[in-house]
Amino acid sequence: MQRTKHSNKVGILRVFLAMFWCAAAAAEPAPLSPTNIFAPASTPAQSIFELSRFVLLVSAAIFVTVFSLLAFAVVRFRKKRSSDGREPAQVYGSTQLELAWTVIPVLIVVVLFLTAARVIANIQNAVHPSNAIDVTVVGHQFWWEYRYPSLKVITANELHIPVSDPAHPTPTFLTLLSADTDHSFWVPRLAGKTDLIPNHPNTMWLDPHETGLFLGQCAQYCGTQHAKMLLRVYVDSREDFDRWIQAQSQPAHVADTVSEGQRLFESTACVNCHRIAGTPAHGTYGPDLTHLMSRQTIASGAIENTPGNLIAWIYNPDLLKPGCTMPSMGLSTEQASAVAGYLETLR
Amino acid sequence: MSTESIAWPRPQAQPVPLVAQLHQWVTTVDHKRLGILYIAYALLFLAIGGLEAIIMRIQLIRPHNDFVSPQVFNRMFTMHGTTMIFFVAMPVMFGFANYLIPLMIGARDMAFPRLNAFSFWMTAFGGLFLYFSFLGGDGLFGDGSAPDVGWFAYAPLTSKTFSRGHSTDFWILSLLVSGFGSIGTSINIIATVLCMRCRGMTLGKMPLFAWLNITMAGLVILAVSPLTAAQLMLLVDRYLGGHFFDTQAGGSAVMWMHFFWVFGHPEVYVLVIPTFAFASEIIPVFSRKAIFGYPIMVAATVCIGFISMSVWAHHMFTVGMSSAANTFFVLSTMAISVPTGIKIFNWLATIWGGEIHFKTPMLFCIAFLFQFLIAGLTGVMLSAAPFNWQLSGSYFVVAHFHYVIVGAILFTLFGAFYYWFPKMSGRMYSEPLGKLHFWLFLIGFHLTFDFMHIPGILGMPRRIYTYEPGRGWDTWNLIVTIGTFFQAAGVLVFLGNLVWSYFRGKVAGSDPWDAWTLEWSTTSPPPEYNFATLPEVASRCPLWDLKHPEDPDWQYE
Repeated sequence: MQRTKHSNKVGILRVFLAMFWCAAAAAEPAPLSPTNIFAPASTPAQSIFELSRFVLLVSAAIFVTVFSLLAFAVVRFRKKRSSDGREPAQVYGSTQLELAWTVIPVLIVVVLFLTAARVIANIQNAVHPSNAIDVTVVGHQFWWEYRYPSLKVITANELHIPVSDPAHPTPTFLTLLSADTDHSFWVPRLAGKTDLIPNHPNTMWLDPHETGLFLGQCAQYCGTQHAKMLLRVYVDSREDFDRWIQAQSQPAHVADTVSEGQRLFESTACVNCHRIAGTPAHGTYGPDLTHLMSRQTIASGAIENTPGNLIAWIYNPDLLKPGCTMPSMGLSTEQASAVAGYLETLR
Repeated sequence: MSTESIAWPRPQAQPVPLVAQLHQWVTTVDHKRLGILYIAYALLFLAIGGLEAIIMRIQLIRPHNDFVSPQVFNRMFTMHGTTMIFFVAMPVMFGFANYLIPLMIGARDMAFPRLNAFSFWMTAFGGLFLYFSFLGGDGLFGDGSAPDVGWFAYAPLTSKTFSRGHSTDFWILSLLVSGFGSIGTSINIIATVLCMRCRGMTLGKMPLFAWLNITMAGLVILAVSPLTAAQLMLLVDRYLGGHFFDTQAGGSAVMWMHFFWVFGHPEVYVLVIPTFAFASEIIPVFSRKAIFGYPIMVAATVCIGFISMSVWAHHMFTVGMSSAANTFFVLSTMAISVPTGIKIFNWLATIWGGEIHFKTPMLFCIAFLFQFLIAGLTGVMLSAAPFNWQLSGSYFVVAHFHYVIVGAILFTLFGAFYYWFPKMSGRMYSEPLGKLHFWLFLIGFHLTFDFMHIPGILGMPRRIYTYEPGRGWDTWNLIVTIGTFFQAAGVLVFLGNLVWSYFRGKVAGSDPWDAWTLEWSTTSPPPEYNFATLPEVASRCPLWDLKHPEDPDWQYE
């Protein structure tokens, strides 16, 4: 009798474990989501993932044990029909039991703490190798500015970094600044998040092992359009990255004749906020537009960079991203398309 | 359980005109009336905060939904969080503490009845003031209405530059005012427990309820004071040209975070410790067994109180603290799971060998045990700083703290409502409606908050008014939203049950649960003076001693 009961319990435990592993396995393949934290593609994300797996495993073991005890107690000690109405035997405590359920959790905590402490040190105290790429990220309400100080490139909203070969790592170190409120840089497959706080520079690093587009978004509430402050990180092969840097460090393409769109752009307040290298536009409040057409999206990833969207955006940004800081300049649709026509020359 | 139906002699009430009755409620200093006022006020705000949650969930039912504008959505989550923490959870805990502590320790009232009334009205006006912002928040600039800075109102979003108009001022002042109320009530609870106990009730013979609430009150004083200080500093920033948190003039946004969370984390325990108090009263009575390990339960609670003062920065693992600071807060946060675990095991041992009566209060407490286990484990996950760098600020965190606040706190609170409703109203609630409420709310809770963990793991940040399709978040958000409607239905059944039972419920008698603590020795509802003669106790279960003179409790404690 005792034996069968025992094997039943083991059976239930096996079912729970199997269920847990199925859940864990389901989280593995990338297609589930482009922003799955359990599909790491970069060194820091990978070590976080390994720690997470261990913590999940320990938690699952605790869960199964305590859940089974609770469920057993609730079922076993329910009031029976045959109850004679007398009170059950009163037990006031047990020093041995109290000691057991103090010491065992303490031991578990020590193990978990030491494991976590090692990962903290590995990630936060990583050495900055001489061949690392440095990027300064500036968070703005509601877009991202990227500066490559040693490569003389300034761009916005779409970050390009080189893939890193595990044999010869070329990690990217980000210096995180904020121009206004708090933001947070979070691309789940590349690394955990780090906040961008005014007057409080932070750093983090990425070390991606595969090329491609990695998505994320601002993870610290920063104002009305926090939801559409999206992140796009392109991990390029080394050659593609060098080519991209080469193209981005050029001044803007200048046509032989000044178009109506360019005249409009340079005679309205656009130039107060936007910079187009090689022209009179020197603003730094809004995104750099020097190579706007090299980007696939506008409005910090909120909409695709198509001629139609560009016109609609210039005509009235508030319709597409209500509460964003770019004002409508009161242009007619014809004027807006002329400006868009000019911007489309900025390759 | 005894089902005696002795008709208690009800005093012949003189008909009092409605205005005079209202006047009595407004001017009352009776701890029972103030307790009921606190609770009624919290229920009103629970309905409002719930409505705000439903508005948010409808907006998030599918990607790129446009049920509300981003501005309105941001106000909704700010108001929902602020309302639920400051104007639902804290007042309702104070309400139960106010009502029950004097009855449980055999006193005629709280130590400072007038301070008690003052504290209640401060809290009440704080809440009304916050909601007045919908009308008055526009200010001179016509900007905003209700606050939209999030319930933890990170600087510099609250500075004049980013928050024009008066919406943030309403937020600051309402918390400032209600904060004074909270501190007043806490002083009162501490003084009452320390000075007003009946003869024979040593500290070691107090009901756990009193022990846990005095710990909670101590935490309130320690936690709310820095918040009040920070609110004053923020006001100085906004109106007197101070630069504490004004980053554009060299102030520190991180300092606000420290101020807020040194309040914010103990606050979690301010809410959950009274929850433990409810569970520690309800579970023994419905298992028909004395609480297991009383001294350990007291020690674990006080221990939680102390450790909870040293864990605040685990809310700030992503703000770029040094690796040493991060490591310290990992350790302190994980350490708090040990005394919390001890409590769960002691409740388990209380049930073990007992005889469980599945009445509605007990159902809610059993659900609490399971759900608090899960909430604790996701808490351990979040405490590992590197894992936190992924999970922080995501829907996983939202799911985790709702598991604590709804799955543990609100569930036990519902249990407490059903358990003490007969004492407060003199009437039994409807058991079938209570069970219907339980099952609806249980289904709704799990649909909403179990599935809410998943979009967090898949990279969905909190506080976004809309999200992109193609991220694998759509289905989960749909399920989460459906769950909220079950929860709302459950709460409606609950409110209906309260109203119906108040007028039509069976007369309860003084001790419907065959319980052991002093509040059940007086009539339901108790007279204004609580006890005709002040009781004298010899053990932690004085009513057990009365009912079992052959086997009294004091022989074993």
